[in-house]
Amino acid sequence: MTADQVAGRIESGMTIGIGGWGSRRKPMALVRALLRSDVTDLTVVSYGGPDVGLLAAAGRVRKLVAAFVTLDSIPLEPHFRAARQSGGFELMELDEAMFMWGLTAAAHRLPFLPVRSGLGSDVMTVNPSLRTVTSPYEDGEEFVAAPALRLDAALVHLNRADAYGNAQYLGPDPYFDDLFCEAATDAYVSCERVVETAEFAEAGGPQTLLVGRQEVTGVVEAPNGAHFTSCVPDYGRDEPFQAAYAKAAADPAAWREFTERFLDGDEDAYQAAVAAFAKEGA
Amino acid sequence: MSEGTAPGAAATRAEYCVIACAEAWRGDGEILASPMGTVPTIGARLAKLTFAPELLLTDGEALLIGDVPGLGEAARVVEGWLPYRRHLAMVTGGKRHVMMGASQLDRYGNQNISCIGDWRRPDRQLLGVRGAPANTLNNPTSYWVPKHSTRVLVEKADMVCGVGYERAAAAGPSATRFHRIPRVVTDLAVLDFETTDHRMRVRSLHPGVSPERLREATGFPLDVPADVPRTREPSAEELRLIREVIDPRGLREREVRP
Repeated sequence: MTADQVAGRIESGMTIGIGGWGSRRKPMALVRALLRSDVTDLTVVSYGGPDVGLLAAAGRVRKLVAAFVTLDSIPLEPHFRAARQSGGFELMELDEAMFMWGLTAAAHRLPFLPVRSGLGSDVMTVNPSLRTVTSPYEDGEEFVAAPALRLDAALVHLNRADAYGNAQYLGPDPYFDDLFCEAATDAYVSCERVVETAEFAEAGGPQTLLVGRQEVTGVVEAPNGAHFTSCVPDYGRDEPFQAAYAKAAADPAAWREFTERFLDGDEDAYQAAVAAFAKEGA
Repeated sequence: MSEGTAPGAAATRAEYCVIACAEAWRGDGEILASPMGTVPTIGARLAKLTFAPELLLTDGEALLIGDVPGLGEAARVVEGWLPYRRHLAMVTGGKRHVMMGASQLDRYGNQNISCIGDWRRPDRQLLGVRGAPANTLNNPTSYWVPKHSTRVLVEKADMVCGVGYERAAAAGPSATRFHRIPRVVTDLAVLDFETTDHRMRVRSLHPGVSPERLREATGFPLDVPADVPRTREPSAEELRLIREVIDPRGLREREVRP
């Protein structure tokens, strides 16, 4: 598939999960394809980074489910910040672990999973729909019932995939991309390179085969497709570009300029503009 | 200051802060030290190099490291794998002591890193709750405040991310079972909650800080006895490790204003 074909399968109003973590291995080429489409009114479920920032800046987010939104080396995501401060979208603010168990519950087709986290915190106050559950055993402990985070679609980016949807991560952390796919009705994997299935073994042990084809609806070959987030070992985060993104995001005129230069064309135009930007800095 | 402090020079405020952070992990045993911020990171590494060699440390991402590199240097020894999913298990399993930052912290230890103002439409959006709710209910959670002021040490946190003592008590036994805030280290003092009603208490004042200055910088009434102890002096060996091994570029001095 192409990234634009994936975007074509996403309907306005859907709940979409976006893999990666902060500014790490985000499916940015797929996010850019969403920006080129007219899809809107999305509920976005994400360990948030610039994926959330870009979609929020374009007004595509109705509701966000997240524990944070960060650029990692720049702690605060400026578009997320601006959207929150202007009441730009609804937020379901969860703890990082509660979020993981919510995805896990969805993957296991359970309505909830019990967690200790959340009790006593304002996560319970700002999410009045959260309920607690009491252990039926002699301890009688009370827990938060982390609700299943079911997804209509998941978007993830991995280092390698085959044409059938098996996908491999080669960096130090899988993040939660397998859970996102398992929690979703449809899952789309973009990757740096589509390879023959037989090539996986050479790149890493069987434990690097994170996502199975039974979970995957479509595969997109998108070299540099996590840019400007990190996708180790293929590449690290593009810090100068991210800094330029954050700077532009803080000012409406600069953001229009950034959008025209980088986001108004297709993915090839984006990658060419990024290459030109890198040359300027060198 | 970008250069390291001269050997033999008296300890700086930042160095007292490093010592105070290191002390947070004393006696913790074979658990993960999770420092957030430069001074706590130096403190955790100092603790491991001196009185707490059994501590586990990460590279800040997904690896448990077997050696103790200087700031900004890569570890040479990897002793384990700790991706986020396993890190979350370590939090809930309790074999961890985290030292988090705080945009706001109140007298019972309620901490806020999410937003300032009304959560529905904040004046200033910050990080979000991140892992603070899980941290505080599952493993010891200390705090590092590089600029102790009435803006941070507040009467009431706008959004409770890290759970304080009275909120944990109100939430019941499941919330209090593993809840503990061993200490708060600031650029002025070390504080804890070892009082009968778990209100914040001064444990030690850093040398050069007057009781009045601490009271004035705190946004709620804080009892500072005249005979309150001073933060202990670093040993010559500790100063050497901080200045020559862990932080030769003096990054600690950028986080703490003299």
